[in-house]
Amino acid sequence: MEHTKYLVVGSSHAALEAVTAIRMHDADGSLTLLTRDAHLPYSPTVLPYVVSGRSAADDVFLRDETFFATNRVEFKRGSALKALHAARNAAELADGSEIAYEKLLLATGAAPAIPPIPGIDQVSYHVLRTLDDATKLHAAIKQSKQAVVLGAGLVGMHAAENLVKAGANVTIVEMAKQLTDGYFDPVAAQMIEKAFTDHGARILTGSRVVKLAPSAAFGTPGTTLTLENGTTLEADLLLVATGVKPNMDYLDDGGSGVEHDRGILVSDTMQTSVANVWAAGDCAQAKGFFTEAKVMNAILPDATEQGRIAGMAMAGDPGLKYYPGGVPLNTYHFFGRHAISVGSSKLPEGGEVLTRFDEASGRYLKAIFKDGRLLGIFGVNEFFDGGVMCQLILRRVDLSAVKERFMANPLAVGRELMSQLWR
Amino acid sequence: MGRGYNTIAFDAAKCDGCGDCMTACATAKTGTEDKTRSRIQIVGSGDDGFELALCRQCGDPKCVTVCPAAALTKNAESGVIEWDAAKCVDCLLCTIGCAYAGIALDSGTGHVAKCDTCDGAPACVPACPHDALTYITTSRIYNEVGGWEDLFTPGLAGCQGCNTELLMRHTLRRVGPDTVLATPPGCVPGMGSVGFNGTTGTKVPVFHPLLTNTAAMLAGIKRQYKRVGREVNALAIAGDGGASDVGFQSLSGAAERNEQILFMVVDNEGYMNTGMQRSSCTPYGAWTSTTPIGRGSGGMPAQGKTQDAKNLPLIMVNHRCEYVATASTAYMEDFYDKLGKAIEASKRGFAYLHVYSPCTTGWRFPTDQNMEVARKAVETNFVTLWEYTPNEGLRLTRPVDDPMPVTEYLKAMGRFRHLSPDQISHIQGKVVENLAFVKQMIHRSSV
Repeated sequence: MEHTKYLVVGSSHAALEAVTAIRMHDADGSLTLLTRDAHLPYSPTVLPYVVSGRSAADDVFLRDETFFATNRVEFKRGSALKALHAARNAAELADGSEIAYEKLLLATGAAPAIPPIPGIDQVSYHVLRTLDDATKLHAAIKQSKQAVVLGAGLVGMHAAENLVKAGANVTIVEMAKQLTDGYFDPVAAQMIEKAFTDHGARILTGSRVVKLAPSAAFGTPGTTLTLENGTTLEADLLLVATGVKPNMDYLDDGGSGVEHDRGILVSDTMQTSVANVWAAGDCAQAKGFFTEAKVMNAILPDATEQGRIAGMAMAGDPGLKYYPGGVPLNTYHFFGRHAISVGSSKLPEGGEVLTRFDEASGRYLKAIFKDGRLLGIFGVNEFFDGGVMCQLILRRVDLSAVKERFMANPLAVGRELMSQLWR
Repeated sequence: MGRGYNTIAFDAAKCDGCGDCMTACATAKTGTEDKTRSRIQIVGSGDDGFELALCRQCGDPKCVTVCPAAALTKNAESGVIEWDAAKCVDCLLCTIGCAYAGIALDSGTGHVAKCDTCDGAPACVPACPHDALTYITTSRIYNEVGGWEDLFTPGLAGCQGCNTELLMRHTLRRVGPDTVLATPPGCVPGMGSVGFNGTTGTKVPVFHPLLTNTAAMLAGIKRQYKRVGREVNALAIAGDGGASDVGFQSLSGAAERNEQILFMVVDNEGYMNTGMQRSSCTPYGAWTSTTPIGRGSGGMPAQGKTQDAKNLPLIMVNHRCEYVATASTAYMEDFYDKLGKAIEASKRGFAYLHVYSPCTTGWRFPTDQNMEVARKAVETNFVTLWEYTPNEGLRLTRPVDDPMPVTEYLKAMGRFRHLSPDQISHIQGKVVENLAFVKQMIHRSSV
């Protein structure tokens, strides 16, 4: 049986950061990176730009073969983890072979969550999680005249904008009362909605699809969608973007004993409930910064943070610092505007919300404070340094004395605080 | 071997917030004078002082790790984090990754922008009218010298935090393999120059003279090599005890005869290798094991050394050597410059290089503070960095316009902890007097 000191499963941000962290401390220990994907490592976050054509599909890779050679990493693509036999420190691959590991990182990411709508198995639809998905969707949007996007999260919205720009009639169907629920508040969502409707998209929030059926309306395989209120929609392109779920079937298939809930449960050093096994990134469920409960925080910056911590823990790096807890961080570009959200959007008891909105310029700013500490800050067309804001939140800096100035100019005041606090 | 990189340094104390750097950056990078588009941002106020938001060109850059499009990369050659406009998707995630506001949205283009050091000639630096910005290029020493052969063996055994190993390895790399090295008793052989178990610690011939005869023996060896027609560098690395006390007679004699040798003194202001006894280079007030602190005798409490230090390098100037200079490891570019000149001068006659070397163990300061102590010695004028040649006379190579009070230096270490206000004012007075004396000599050499 093949043996490796470090086995890292997955090849996106969490996995790559872990590889870097391991090599920082252990230059020689054998390291294998395993991915079911056929490509070099890439980021799921770049995929909407592959769909739009802004990024070329062959120019988005985060590492090349030279990197793996230089860092003495055995890089195995097209090789999926099928089952984890944690009791004997072995990973069983899809082809039946096994790799024995000393330390294992599960950074297997997530896959589209397909809603159980009656008829969904009868129709053809797109999802967007892999590079191959993106390439397919890129080709399809050029042909589409009438598209429906299920789900108004960031993936769905990005794709919808691409479809609009490609000239299709686009309808976005979302169960929640607003677009980008969980990312942006109703005011920001309203601005996003208006940008879409101004460009001819149709937005159906608070709507649920109850039935899908094949349609021949377009000559190509299309779909008829029936909504809860009886309305029907015809689509020559259907994109299902109703969220993601972690890839972790391999845990049960091998009877691994690794505890999992909505994701793989991990400690503050990203260790799972089982010895020698760590997890990081979109498949992990770790402590939140604003709550002791373990949460899913499937965002890119958190994946890098978790990956680094896991790598350091696996290599025994004494510089390891405990995970401070996940802070939501998102950026979103739509029709030439940008939205940034850093921190918690929930108003706690005793908390305070300050907002500023200039309708003429479309600049919107909202911040949530408690006891003078920043909990979250959100802006549309209002640029501030998200990284600086995140530090103000993580360090629980008391902003009572500068709150008004901060709201007036978060960019300048944030930098001023930064320069005093972390030289 | 890793690489060192150049960097833009900011001295907040010198900044008055004029914003000329921002105008220069905006002009160079955007063709406008719009300071909000500058990649260097001066923040803060006259009350609280000014600070800087600028890309740190991190060694472990977070902006690079959070970029989904591989648009940011650290250039291993220059150290600059480079932005690839063709790959960038304007997602702004890098601005969320960076905790230093080093990469931000440029409102003029809609893309992010960051400092690229203008390909090694940053426009902001010369634009600063107050020298608050400097472009530090010391890394070239590390990059250049790092490639030369290290003529000491691995595993020298110095005290933790000592700068002498750095000094030894740098010096021998620079002097090169055609060298005969003399290391009289002291920290340098103590660290392993003369080796262990019958092997030397150097890859060049090394010998271990007596404290008293180092310069004499080295001069003889140099003459013998000359006689047989072989060009070698004759180098001594001695301590201040070996040079200024019992070794002084042979040192003075060799200088007077203008022997073609390079005599380097590593001045840690005492016999630190043998248990921290005082030497004639130990400064006034300093604790050593032979100038203790305590009740004293005859009604006179013991309060450290009661005499002032001998200024050995100035005495060497009075030998009219080919070259005399003082140096500090806190100023490596200055040191390198002088080392080069000293090597050249030693081909013509006697060259003397006096390097101040803070001693973590004997001076009582934390092991991570060596360079800081060395720097403070210069910044308070406790020591002065200068060079002398018979033709050019004496000149300060790093004049300090606005020296810190000497207490900033004294309180950085334990050997001065006991000082009374009277002793401190004595030392401050000596600092002023010593500088005045050096300046007098500068004046004399300019007329």
